[in-house]
Amino acid sequence: MKNTQNRPMSPHLQIYKPQITSVLSILHRGTGIVLAVGTLLVTYWLSALAGGVETFNAANAILGSFLGKVVLFGWTWALFYHLSNGIRHLMWDTGFGFDLPTVYLSGKIVVGASFVLTVLLWIVA
Amino acid sequence: MSLLTPFKRASGLGSTSDGVKHWWMQRMTAVALVPLTLWVAFAVASHVGADYATVAAWFAKPFTTTMLTLFVFTAFFHASQGLTVVIEDYIHHDGVKVTALVAMKLVLVLLGTSSILSVLRVAFAG
Repeated sequence: MKNTQNRPMSPHLQIYKPQITSVLSILHRGTGIVLAVGTLLVTYWLSALAGGVETFNAANAILGSFLGKVVLFGWTWALFYHLSNGIRHLMWDTGFGFDLPTVYLSGKIVVGASFVLTVLLWIVA
Repeated sequence: MSLLTPFKRASGLGSTSDGVKHWWMQRMTAVALVPLTLWVAFAVASHVGADYATVAAWFAKPFTTTMLTLFVFTAFFHASQGLTVVIEDYIHHDGVKVTALVAMKLVLVLLGTSSILSVLRVAFAG
């Protein structure tokens, strides 16, 4: 009976082979956390704008630097991945798309859409 | 030593608090954020490189002010709900968990309020 207290309560991630289903699920939470931390950037840019011309130009110089662009590029991909996969989750919430072929297909569409939207945004920018 | 499994101890005790409302509000904010995020992301991207006066004039348009305010409020609310689940999932020590939840929420309220006031300040004061 001692063992009942030590039984695994949730799957051991390290013994499962990575699959598109689990990887996309983990990415959804990962990008969600990244975006939550990324709200700091939103607040930073908006307060810089509210601060006036000088602080606005300074913030744009930082965000427009090479490192700034790398961070923003990763951030936009995380945003569009979380958005696309979020729509996939909303579809699941209505009870549709749970069969395996559809799960794989919608997963591939989400990954494709995240990159298309990211590239589109950087073409606009 | 109890012979009951953790499931048996928990089953039949009913809901712990307000899970359904949390779940529902997370979906409501998610639905709202789809159009809000797409609009804000591409609208901001199209102003990259614009000078202060141009961006300030754009912020002062009523539609822009409305969309940015709604986006910031909804995004920070959604972030708070998401991080709540993450904290509840991974932090099992009650004291640490409650401290993390309170700290996270207060920080997001601070950042969200600051962001919205910045939007309004630019919109109304230029």
